[in-house]
Amino acid sequence: MTEPLPKDLAANPVLSRWIRVRPDGLVDVRVGKVELGQGILTALAQLAADELGVDLAAMRMLPADTAEGPDEGVTAGSLSISTSGPALRAAAANVRALFVRAAAREWGVEPDAVTVHSGHLSGPDDRQSSYGKLAGQVDLDVPADPAVRPAAPARFAGTDAPRLDLPDKVAGRPRFVHDLRLPGQHFARVIRPPSPGARLVSVPPADGLTLVRDGDFLAVAGPDEATVVRVADRLREGAVWAEVDGLPDEDDLGAFLRAGPHETIPVADDAADAGSGTAGPVQGTPVRATYSRPFLAHASMAPSCAVAIWPPDGPVEVWSHSQGIGNLARAIAAALGLEPGTVHVRHAEGAGCYGHNAADDAAFDAVLVARALPGTPVQVQWTRPDELSWAPFSSAMVADVEVTVDAAGRIGSWTYDLYSQGHNSRPGYAGVPGLLAATTLAEPAVHPAPADPPPANGAGSTRNALPGYDLPSRRITGHRLTATPIRSSAMRSLGAHFNVFAIESALDEAAAVAGADPLEFRLAHLSDPRGRRVLELAATAAGWGRAVGDGTGLGLGYARYKGTGAWCAVVAEVEADSDVRVRRLWTAVDVGRVVNPDGVRNQIEGGAVQATSWTVLERVRFDRRRITSTTWESYPILPFSRVPAVTVEIAPGDGNPSVGAGEAAQGPTAGAIANAVAAAVGVRVRDLPLTAEAVVQAIERTP
Amino acid sequence: MSSREGSQRERGATRADRPALAPADLSEKRTQIALTVNGERREVEADPDTPLLYVLRNDLGLVGARFGCGMGLCGACFVHVDGAVVPSCDTPLWSVEGKAVVTVEGLAPEGELHPVQQAVLAEQAAQCAYCVTGVIMSGAALLEQTPRPDEAQVVAALDRNLCRCGAHGRMVRAVLRAGGGDD
Repeated sequence: MTEPLPKDLAANPVLSRWIRVRPDGLVDVRVGKVELGQGILTALAQLAADELGVDLAAMRMLPADTAEGPDEGVTAGSLSISTSGPALRAAAANVRALFVRAAAREWGVEPDAVTVHSGHLSGPDDRQSSYGKLAGQVDLDVPADPAVRPAAPARFAGTDAPRLDLPDKVAGRPRFVHDLRLPGQHFARVIRPPSPGARLVSVPPADGLTLVRDGDFLAVAGPDEATVVRVADRLREGAVWAEVDGLPDEDDLGAFLRAGPHETIPVADDAADAGSGTAGPVQGTPVRATYSRPFLAHASMAPSCAVAIWPPDGPVEVWSHSQGIGNLARAIAAALGLEPGTVHVRHAEGAGCYGHNAADDAAFDAVLVARALPGTPVQVQWTRPDELSWAPFSSAMVADVEVTVDAAGRIGSWTYDLYSQGHNSRPGYAGVPGLLAATTLAEPAVHPAPADPPPANGAGSTRNALPGYDLPSRRITGHRLTATPIRSSAMRSLGAHFNVFAIESALDEAAAVAGADPLEFRLAHLSDPRGRRVLELAATAAGWGRAVGDGTGLGLGYARYKGTGAWCAVVAEVEADSDVRVRRLWTAVDVGRVVNPDGVRNQIEGGAVQATSWTVLERVRFDRRRITSTTWESYPILPFSRVPAVTVEIAPGDGNPSVGAGEAAQGPTAGAIANAVAAAVGVRVRDLPLTAEAVVQAIERTP
Repeated sequence: MSSREGSQRERGATRADRPALAPADLSEKRTQIALTVNGERREVEADPDTPLLYVLRNDLGLVGARFGCGMGLCGACFVHVDGAVVPSCDTPLWSVEGKAVVTVEGLAPEGELHPVQQAVLAEQAAQCAYCVTGVIMSGAALLEQTPRPDEAQVVAALDRNLCRCGAHGRMVRAVLRAGGGDD
């Protein structure tokens, strides 16, 4: 029986939506996944080139486009390689089969007498043709045939193919949406409220420039960017707003998160599953601890940006660095009461994207300004303070953990209660557009509290709340806040960064009670062979168990991302005396079949460095009225001089299916650093970020 | 002082020294200013307080310097002015009159790449690469002063650049490689 088409290809079966061949032999590929700086288009080009039998140099990876390419949803969750990869391979195998059939027909031979290499098709008696020569004869406006399976040997897959997009970006050629300059383009800036819930009372004039006001949405536009910036700054200064004190106490986020109202998210309850209804008495030494994390910001290097044109007739055109252009197009249409299909969104690259940042919001801003300037292209670029205060945050989180350790030194029970805001308010969440400016229009949209992705998509708050270890008597419960004044959404690994930090910290605390070495303790509770292997790889690389100097500690962290993705282990070496310095990180990862080893290394290195920054440094600051961490001075990120050395061990693929690498390192890195800090100073710090001040406070609190 | 875009949102920032809102002034201040960009003399007509970055990107079509923060705190907009690394977002046009400005596009002759750019590609020293042109400007300036830097010197030279993707280690290796040392 024929297996069905891969999911994304079944949803978009027409081959020409994925692949077109030009007469010159170049191959245009358009996928629904987008380049976010993670190198996905290069990895997908490697897979497609192999299946087509063309050179990588012939591949042209075009940006996603709601009118032209397949709709593959959102580029998120480290799923592009495992979802788009099989779909594109199957599409490419189909295209190859059609070209082979065309050549075979022309030559009057059987298709299996035709071979393909480097874009050339060869047949018996030295017959030669090519993709380019046959391009005019082969109709790709046909659905994929499930019977045609990818079968080509790997020529490019598995190699360190260099990124296709980097030459432009390194030379400084226009490539980012910020670089887009359309004929007659105007520049716009939005004057956002100074605080959540603020209402616009009065606005000074903006002589000569276009002032756009709709309720509390305020923007200014004109043909000269520097002038627009200057006027926007003056408007920002002169506008009068009525503000409210609506934010929680930043110094007691635990109380805020616990106060509710909540949605209860059951993750695991072994006693209930066993039918006993309630957990029986568990013998052993209890370890009780509470861990917390503050709100974090995406803090992308570029402010969000978009270009839009609202023509007098025809669809609204948008260029955006959104992760999900189809959802964005539908959300814009819904927010403005337009017919579905009247908004055309093209992806244009932005700076590194780590989740639901302000890309979609900026696109809607651009549409709102373009509506006031019919036919004129309008580029909206956010300011740095707005990027750090109005883009969705990653939620603050707090967890109560109770672990019992039995007389044999094994974990006897595991209770985990997590409190968090939701980790998803992407466009279309909870049935609303989810675009920031929509809430400030004269007819404002009302946005419910952030939701969570469903468990089938890896959940949100409770992502990785279920430890990957063999634990008995587990009771794991999430408590998602269903009312909040703070907008939170998906950021790289969602709840997993915090949950793995808390779980790995608690494991080390339990290991200490058991008198066990942290590595041995983990291995004693871990039967998953691929998990054991990455732990052993990282530990060996780090020289686990070796003596380290005073004030220095080694710590371990491990998780399988989402319980279904990549296996990753990290050993951190931290110096903690007058400051907390992460010196080295030894990482090991198993992503199954590796498409681009250097791409995997780059993702793991980058993920580990970014997670280091989150873990030791970052915290969104606010008073009861305003977000106050609005610049790189008040929201610092890890500078070059504090970046640890990172090594990456990639476990052999062993023919296993590929899984994504992008988010695998976030949680294990946090756990490893926390455990290394505890090993270095002899005191456990349970509240992120692990700053020198936090360490000093923890020492002072220790009796 | 030049624009620190959006920065009056910061607490405690006062603008007592600013004139009252007077947008009518905006066009009257435009004047002709001559500067040298990538070896060519260029004349632009602009308000002398305009940050150099906007002139480069919009008037001269050089988009290699990128807006990151508008406050000179991230390095994405770095250019060389008479050989010194400066943030073009925070550098008013009047201050570079008659000076030699070099952008990433002018580091090497047309169609070629500077050794640091070549090394960045060889090391695949980027993820999103938004910050990378600014990092390249810092690295190139270092190599002018210190042709064979050690790792500590490279890290110090890049410490005014921010990178959010975590490609720091690769970028340091790239500058070391371009300097022919420590590898």
